[in-house]
Amino acid sequence: MIIDLPSTTTSQINSRLVRLRDEGGATTLGRVLTLVIVTEDGQRTDAAIDAANDASREHPCRVIVVARGARQAAPRLDAQIRVGGDAGASEVVVLRLYGELAKEGASCVMPLLLPDTPVVAWWPFEAPVSPSKDPIGQLAQRRITDAAAEKNPIKALESRRAHYAPGDTDLAWTRLTLWRAMLAASLDLPPYEKIVEAEVTGEADSPSTDLLAAWLTDKLKVPAKRYKATSGEGIVQVKLDRPSGAVDLLRPDGKVGTLSQPGQPSRRVALQRRSIRDCLAEELRRLDPDEVYAAALKSLSKVAKGRAPSAAKPEEAAPESANGKAPAPAAKKSKAKASS
Amino acid sequence: MTTSDKWRNPLRDAADKRMPRIAGPSALVIFGVTGDLSRKKLMPAIYDLANRGLLPPGFGLVGFARRDWADQDFMKVVHDAVKEHARTPFNEHVWSQLAEGIRFVQGTFDDDQAFDNLASCLAALDAERGTGGNHAFYLSIPPGAFPTVINQLKRAGLAQTSADQWRRVVIEKPFGHDLKSAKELNKTVNEVFPEESVFRIDHYLGKETVQNILALRFANQLYEPIWNSNYVDHVQITMAEDIGLGGRAGYYDGIGATRDVIQNHLLQLLALIAMEEPVSFKPADLRAEKVKILSATRPAEPFEETTARGQYTGGWQGGQKVPGLHEEGGFSPESKTETFGAITCEVNTRRWAGVPFYLRTGKRLGRRVTEVAVVFKRAPHLPFDDTATEELGQNALVVRVQPDEGVTIRFGSKVPGNTMEVRDVTMDFGYGHSFTESSPEAYERLLLDVLLGEPSLFPKNDEVELSWEILDPVLDFWARKDEPALEKYKAGTWGPPSADAMTARTGRHWRRP
Repeated sequence: MIIDLPSTTTSQINSRLVRLRDEGGATTLGRVLTLVIVTEDGQRTDAAIDAANDASREHPCRVIVVARGARQAAPRLDAQIRVGGDAGASEVVVLRLYGELAKEGASCVMPLLLPDTPVVAWWPFEAPVSPSKDPIGQLAQRRITDAAAEKNPIKALESRRAHYAPGDTDLAWTRLTLWRAMLAASLDLPPYEKIVEAEVTGEADSPSTDLLAAWLTDKLKVPAKRYKATSGEGIVQVKLDRPSGAVDLLRPDGKVGTLSQPGQPSRRVALQRRSIRDCLAEELRRLDPDEVYAAALKSLSKVAKGRAPSAAKPEEAAPESANGKAPAPAAKKSKAKASS
Repeated sequence: MTTSDKWRNPLRDAADKRMPRIAGPSALVIFGVTGDLSRKKLMPAIYDLANRGLLPPGFGLVGFARRDWADQDFMKVVHDAVKEHARTPFNEHVWSQLAEGIRFVQGTFDDDQAFDNLASCLAALDAERGTGGNHAFYLSIPPGAFPTVINQLKRAGLAQTSADQWRRVVIEKPFGHDLKSAKELNKTVNEVFPEESVFRIDHYLGKETVQNILALRFANQLYEPIWNSNYVDHVQITMAEDIGLGGRAGYYDGIGATRDVIQNHLLQLLALIAMEEPVSFKPADLRAEKVKILSATRPAEPFEETTARGQYTGGWQGGQKVPGLHEEGGFSPESKTETFGAITCEVNTRRWAGVPFYLRTGKRLGRRVTEVAVVFKRAPHLPFDDTATEELGQNALVVRVQPDEGVTIRFGSKVPGNTMEVRDVTMDFGYGHSFTESSPEAYERLLLDVLLGEPSLFPKNDEVELSWEILDPVLDFWARKDEPALEKYKAGTWGPPSADAMTARTGRHWRRP
């Protein structure tokens, strides 16, 4: 059910929500968090609302979408409530803010937050320079950004480092979880030797590759080298060198990786890229500050940038690289968003 | 061993809470791979684990059965089982990676050659897939075959370990049919596999709601003060099934509901509800508390009044005509096997003195439900007119284990209007409403724990033996006397009249779940 409330106020929205609960049963009583999604109104609002719908299917929370419209228009609040089949498993409130109100999103969000439960803010596209200082960011315990979805992913990541506050997290980091788990598991096995060198290869504009190199630098206490891949998507290869031979995890096609270790047969590993809703699910599982992410961000500056791509055999990855190169801005965006 | 003990993996960090524990290289051998459990639960769980990235790259799955199958035939069976029953969506890449490690060994349990083939198959997997010599044997077979298989594993050298390798054996209920047979079974298994390598699966313990009992009790301040005989009137633990026993006569006839369910699932639930706080959640500490509470538990006497048993008869249930037990194929018309069993337990500790624990289970009952209800005493004084509280029952806290997992609290509330009238209302917590993850299947969690060697959710031999010590007196009494009589109950009802009588004798009554 979709209910439009044009030119309204938050108290009207609230009383409508209460009425809906009376009519349709206790829809929000068991929710444990409020997810606030902040985007610009316009063509991408729909994408954000779709993402919200998707997220709501996986996360039975109250979703508030703050869509900021034209700043020149007269101040106005248009709201839309979606419950039942149109909102997945929870309720979605879309707030379209126009004019001066567009800058005052926090004032509209505040009365709609569920009582005494955590608030998570998510900027699916462009994020504020300092999420923790943003008015909506200040309402939230956890602030999710996505460097890969911004115009300049590498610069965005650098900005995350400069303005990090406990509770910040970025989907570029979430996309690494499988890689990190796989690498950690490979070091659980003999030979138990210190890693002397680490190399990470990935697309030039893949922030996840940078973060992975930074995490390895922090944990292994050796400066990891970060190479640009000539082909492949997202992260392409990680190599951890130790005296008896290297652990090598190669994923030329963005789907299946190959893990080779000396003295063991090389094995294929399913390392498919993770969808946004997958990443969001992981983010909402924990609501405490992520110290490991903070430490990785801090080590970004210690990563050594290399020029020569070390591996990623071109013949294996050629088909992907054909459509992945020569990026028109829009094409590049969608590709970067999915990179992991 | 020494190097792995000293080695500290630099990439692991206790603060890194999002990093999943991936099982180390290993192979899982399933005996009885053609069975229902294997197809509906084990294979899908293995795929779901792979899909969540929790299985190692070097993982092998070996099926062992009598069928004349090649690896491909078995792979097809697994594929179909996964497609039909897996919880997570089917992903071709995950599947093809998993399929590389699937093997099949054909043979019977008394066939030496077959077990030698199994040994060479596992050796080949170690070489080709790098499963590292770590093998888990899942015995999804009738308990009568345990000794044969376990001794075959020993004979073929599959039970011996060397440093840095492990062998584990997973067994399913029933863990014997009385104390004596349970001890024998434990002895047989422990002769070949030391107790720390034996994983007894009680799939209830893998369920989120059951683990949540620990969180509910020990992470909250709210319940501990009232969790004792001062406030609790009695506890009811129910596991009801709406299905009958068609096709399960071979296993069930002569075993009965009490041995099948109360001995393991319900007494484990009782232990979790009644035990004291463990000093930590380390497996040994948790188990110490469970053993303590089980050793303080006794069935309440006289048994002719505190227990009940019954057998379902045919009738209409939920829009279908269903047969009674004696009409089900495989059961003799004289079968004395009970399909409903209920017992009363007392827990002889200071905390629980005088609080009866009622345990009941049955087939073809009203609906499928498992729950634990802690029913509280009435308020000692009610400052209302008698008429105002006529409809007020007892406060209750109900842990719904399945389906619709969650917790309900029942308490009295004023009925709106200008007279003071108090009636029962409920406050509800549902897992599906409050949490983002769709809960993993119990078997996913338990299989992963087996591969990781994490024993907290598996009952150990002393817990099994203590459960039989509680149950044996009742079973002996039932076998000796005709009291309480084995009563008939109609399919789709909540059991025989004697079940109501056993609670009514102290003025209590069963909740309708």
